[in-house]
Amino acid sequence: MNIVNFTPLSALTGGLLIGLSVALFFILNGRMIGISGIASNLLTSNDKKIENFLFLIGLITGPLIYNLFSDKEINISISNSLILLIIAGTMVGFGTRLGNGCTSGHGISGISRFSLRSIIATLTFMIVGIITVFISGIL
Amino acid sequence: MNKLISLICGIIFGIGLVISEMINPEKVLGFLNIFRDWDPSLAFVMIGALVISTPVFHLFKNKDKPLFSSNFSIPTNKEIDKKLIVGSIFFGAGWGLIGLCPGPAITSLALLNISSGIFVASMFVGFYIAIKIK
Repeated sequence: MNIVNFTPLSALTGGLLIGLSVALFFILNGRMIGISGIASNLLTSNDKKIENFLFLIGLITGPLIYNLFSDKEINISISNSLILLIIAGTMVGFGTRLGNGCTSGHGISGISRFSLRSIIATLTFMIVGIITVFISGIL
Repeated sequence: MNKLISLICGIIFGIGLVISEMINPEKVLGFLNIFRDWDPSLAFVMIGALVISTPVFHLFKNKDKPLFSSNFSIPTNKEIDKKLIVGSIFFGAGWGLIGLCPGPAITSLALLNISSGIFVASMFVGFYIAIKIK
């Protein structure tokens, strides 16, 4: 194993902002953030639909506001394989809804609450993610 | 007021994903590539987030109510069941294939990248299937 591309400072800074968002949402609105839940609840009937929708609009607005204050370009590198994007996207949507959470809901909000359920979910998706990347590297 | 807070929290979260570069699937795949060339950054994102969210949660969870809502809504499910494990396995596999989880995927729509659009649309199909079979 070699350590590469490690950016601890920006990772920590971004993480603190994410933690701040989770903390404010809890203190002010009384809810723990889980993005898969917020997004998938747009497809169910509940009374928080507009609140959830606005959170997602906020997410998308984030990079645009960042661009106003920073001249550092946002670079992403993402697969352009249509079939892979469809399979992975469907699996992520299906899995997070079935398991009631994703990296934010289980990984941050759940672990903050010391929820054993979330700790087990986080370990599971991380280990499976690591195995998947390992196998894709061989193929 | 809840709606405005929701929008602002979304913006802060989105900026956090940009600054930490978790919006970039390559960075996430680098974290999961633990057996070869490992990029530990994602662990620092989680530490940064937990350092704030954990104490705040435990300080406020026993208060009567949140500032702008009538009650706290905290998950009560403690059951470690098949759905949790199977769901997390599906999620982990999909995550490892592309390097996107729901937050970064939705946030990256801002960059008008066609791949993000396809991923997010498929993700909603996945949500729908899970809602239907549950």
